[in-house]
Amino acid sequence: MIDYKQAGMRRSEYETTVRALGREPNETELRILGVMWSEHCSYKSTKPLLRTLPNKGERVWAGPGENAGIVDIGNGYGAAFKAESHNHPSAVAPYQGAATGVGGIIRDIIALGARPIASMDGLFFGDPSHPRTQSLSSGIVSGVAGYGNAVGVPTVGGKTLYDPSYSENPLLNALCLGIVRREDVISSKTAQPGQLVVILGSKTGRDGIAGAAFASVELSEDSKASRPSIQIGDPFIEKLLTEACLELRDKGLIVCMQDMGAAGITSSSSEIAAKSGVGMRIDFDKVPLRAEGMQPWEIALSESQERMLLIVQPEDYEKMAAVAERWGLDCAIIGEVTEGDRYVINWFGEEIVSLPASLIVDDCPEASWASRSPDYESAWTPREPSRSRDSSDMRDTLLRLLRSPSLADKSWIYDQYDSMVQTNTIVGPGAPVSLLRIRENGNMIAIALESDPWKCSLDPFRGGAESFAAGVRAVAAAGAVAIGATDCLNFPSPEKPEQFFELSEVVRGIAACGTELQCPVVSGNVSLYNESASGRILPTPVIGVVGLIEAPLSWIPSGNWKPGDRLYLVGKRESSLAGSHYQNVIDGKVSGRPMPFDPEMERSFGKLAHVTARKKLAQSARVLAGGGLAVALAKEALASGMGASLEIDPSTNDDVALFGEGGPRACYAVSEQDVAAFEETWRGFPCSYIGAAGGESLRFGSVSLPLDELRDAHSSVPENNGRRD
Amino acid sequence: MQASIIVFPGSNCDRDVGHGLRSALGTEADFVWHTQTELPPGTDLVVLPGGFSYGDYLRCGAMAARSPIMGAVSRHAASGGLVLGICNGFQVLTESRLLPGALLANRTLRFICRPCTIRVERTDTPFTRTFREKQILHFPIAHYEGLYFLPGNELLALEKRRQVVFRYASTDGVADDSSNPNGALNNIAGIVNERGNVLGLMPHPERARDMLLGDASGAHADGTDFWKGIRDWADGRLGQ
Repeated sequence: MIDYKQAGMRRSEYETTVRALGREPNETELRILGVMWSEHCSYKSTKPLLRTLPNKGERVWAGPGENAGIVDIGNGYGAAFKAESHNHPSAVAPYQGAATGVGGIIRDIIALGARPIASMDGLFFGDPSHPRTQSLSSGIVSGVAGYGNAVGVPTVGGKTLYDPSYSENPLLNALCLGIVRREDVISSKTAQPGQLVVILGSKTGRDGIAGAAFASVELSEDSKASRPSIQIGDPFIEKLLTEACLELRDKGLIVCMQDMGAAGITSSSSEIAAKSGVGMRIDFDKVPLRAEGMQPWEIALSESQERMLLIVQPEDYEKMAAVAERWGLDCAIIGEVTEGDRYVINWFGEEIVSLPASLIVDDCPEASWASRSPDYESAWTPREPSRSRDSSDMRDTLLRLLRSPSLADKSWIYDQYDSMVQTNTIVGPGAPVSLLRIRENGNMIAIALESDPWKCSLDPFRGGAESFAAGVRAVAAAGAVAIGATDCLNFPSPEKPEQFFELSEVVRGIAACGTELQCPVVSGNVSLYNESASGRILPTPVIGVVGLIEAPLSWIPSGNWKPGDRLYLVGKRESSLAGSHYQNVIDGKVSGRPMPFDPEMERSFGKLAHVTARKKLAQSARVLAGGGLAVALAKEALASGMGASLEIDPSTNDDVALFGEGGPRACYAVSEQDVAAFEETWRGFPCSYIGAAGGESLRFGSVSLPLDELRDAHSSVPENNGRRD
Repeated sequence: MQASIIVFPGSNCDRDVGHGLRSALGTEADFVWHTQTELPPGTDLVVLPGGFSYGDYLRCGAMAARSPIMGAVSRHAASGGLVLGICNGFQVLTESRLLPGALLANRTLRFICRPCTIRVERTDTPFTRTFREKQILHFPIAHYEGLYFLPGNELLALEKRRQVVFRYASTDGVADDSSNPNGALNNIAGIVNERGNVLGLMPHPERARDMLLGDASGAHADGTDFWKGIRDWADGRLGQ
């Protein structure tokens, strides 16, 4: 008999279960509760924080509590989307960890009855010169590619950042988005007594047992011994499972559906029972197994991939089994929905688990951690005023920034991803925002994935808001209205007061941004304990923002300068180097206080950017992000294959003006004939003419940077990650 | 023209080809499940689509080549019917010996997905009649195993018989190492059988087909022209 500690429980939690049950749980029950009450499954440390996030809105069809959020995208269709982390597995087994991260989030989308049409990935790697970074980054990228390509869901964009804090603990966040008709939405809350519990997909094996518990502690040297906790993915089965589930959906044969992710059969079945307010009986001896001699607790907690739990009407089972057989998938009745609240597991006729479903799913006591603000103020003291620079400094700084791994060209990553399959990708990876055609209703969707860990480390509230606002701005510049967001919160242990404060403040920043900009956070996930003996990760909220462009379609691409286009900078001239790429690359450390979140400015920017796109008053738009104005202009020039003459003289503009970050700002390229209308549109908002497109070099006053030189710098890839040829 | 798109378990470009035919020609294709043993009556064109049939396990295309439907596809080819294999479909064609050679792992040992340009080497096939000799087409690539290989003397014979239909080339028509994305011998992107009615190519014509997806070069018409050319050939033949 294991004790509660071995099951991963705290003493107080164990006592709660004994009180609720009026007896001690048996070993299988204890193991189930241990996993279901782990941080990964229960969100016990973050529930009170997550409740503060805005998740309501006219367009929201489904929010937290379902497998993913769904927002209305017009004409009776919804976009289902969610981002999820798979950090610990990716740190230990990069290929499989990343692959199964992609697979898991795709199944969450399928579980709602949606067809997955796009994925994105958030990648956070360590110091490029660290010996592990190369194998971790290439393994993780290959895993995303290997799974996503084969399953036929395009990876249309993402975010990749490098910082030494991720050297031992890389992050892999995967976002998936699917399309569903309103009447086809499948819930996990509608099971009724008498219906059958069916498992569809792969057989259940010993892989990934108790992976959720593994994800709820810090990584240690022993983590390498945790390999049996790593799930193994099979994208071929996932593709079959996708098509089978969508066929079952079209035939109306599914009552409820839930992906088997963390804690496998146990979590999927008990969650459906608890959310539907019913009981459930599962016969473990009916579960198709791939390993011999599996114990009931192993079956309960197996995280074998590519499995779905379905609730079906008894009279529909034969039809369902026929669909499964056509797709070559295993399918078995493993239980029944019952009256009441009992979650019962039988093993060859013997009742081995009998717990209230709500106890398993809802009653884990919330953990409250002490919170204490670290000393931010001492880092906020203003950094020394920028030196007045001679022109070679500016040239050198810009080239160094373009060459830095976080800002450099990422085609060595995204060329490995099939970004085009399904032929909906209008703007794919490499651009600030990805655009997808929605065949079903003629509209378009814009997605941006953003994160600003450095600013979060200096001021978590402002950093959290900035991470979110950056995505809202990016979709707005393309012409989309942000209609929903998903967040992945990657943090170290919440058990240290300073770290819990940091987490709380980042969430407060996200909540403030979502509320002020009316962009509900409809789904997400939390990954804590991202730390190891060598340190902790930066606070890393990853926010996916989904925007809608309604027909008749009108949008503005990036990297589309035409000769003679007038270039404008909109937004305040003020910005900050605090937490910027400039500080990382040039100073080697970050300091200062990032720009405050200014909801009024953000809203005005969004509104005017939208008008600009609807009226198609610009050829090209790019929001200012990492590296500020100078890097944005360099990226526009490179993507356009064209230089520009800029009325920005490095001798009169300091580094803050050239490389500062933060706040709603963008550079636009405007055709001669649209100049008057463009200026009129932006009247009342800071807007200044900064130059004209054309030529083979980017000219900042007297400093001239040939495109070839910019391209050489930008196309440099981290050591050993380049192509072999 | 009646097109039949074969769906293997793991195919993932089947629907894309269906969309391509619909938007270029306004026609609906038949989707044929791999366990069938006959093609729908009246099939003019068989398309083996891209994807990862049978998960690419064993060898790309090897298991699909032994699917029940492939007997009917071979008979269709033998009777002069058109067969088009795209990407994984090309691999299925070489594995089933309807086309010579093999597709090996890219020389980068990486999956490559990107826009790509190919040069038309022959315009006297049913698949390329709408194009000009040496015309450059913008068809994207997305594959891990796309390095076309054939032993030296057989390669010479293949070239001599003019079976090479498409070669990777730069936008100004130069087919050399720098315009070769995957290390394919002789920059080969697509070949036909001796009779000319079976075409396999690695690039994806169905991904280059409409205005919205078109790249800045304005080459979005290439995909549409490709399908129209095949349709015209098939319908013309039927009218004979």
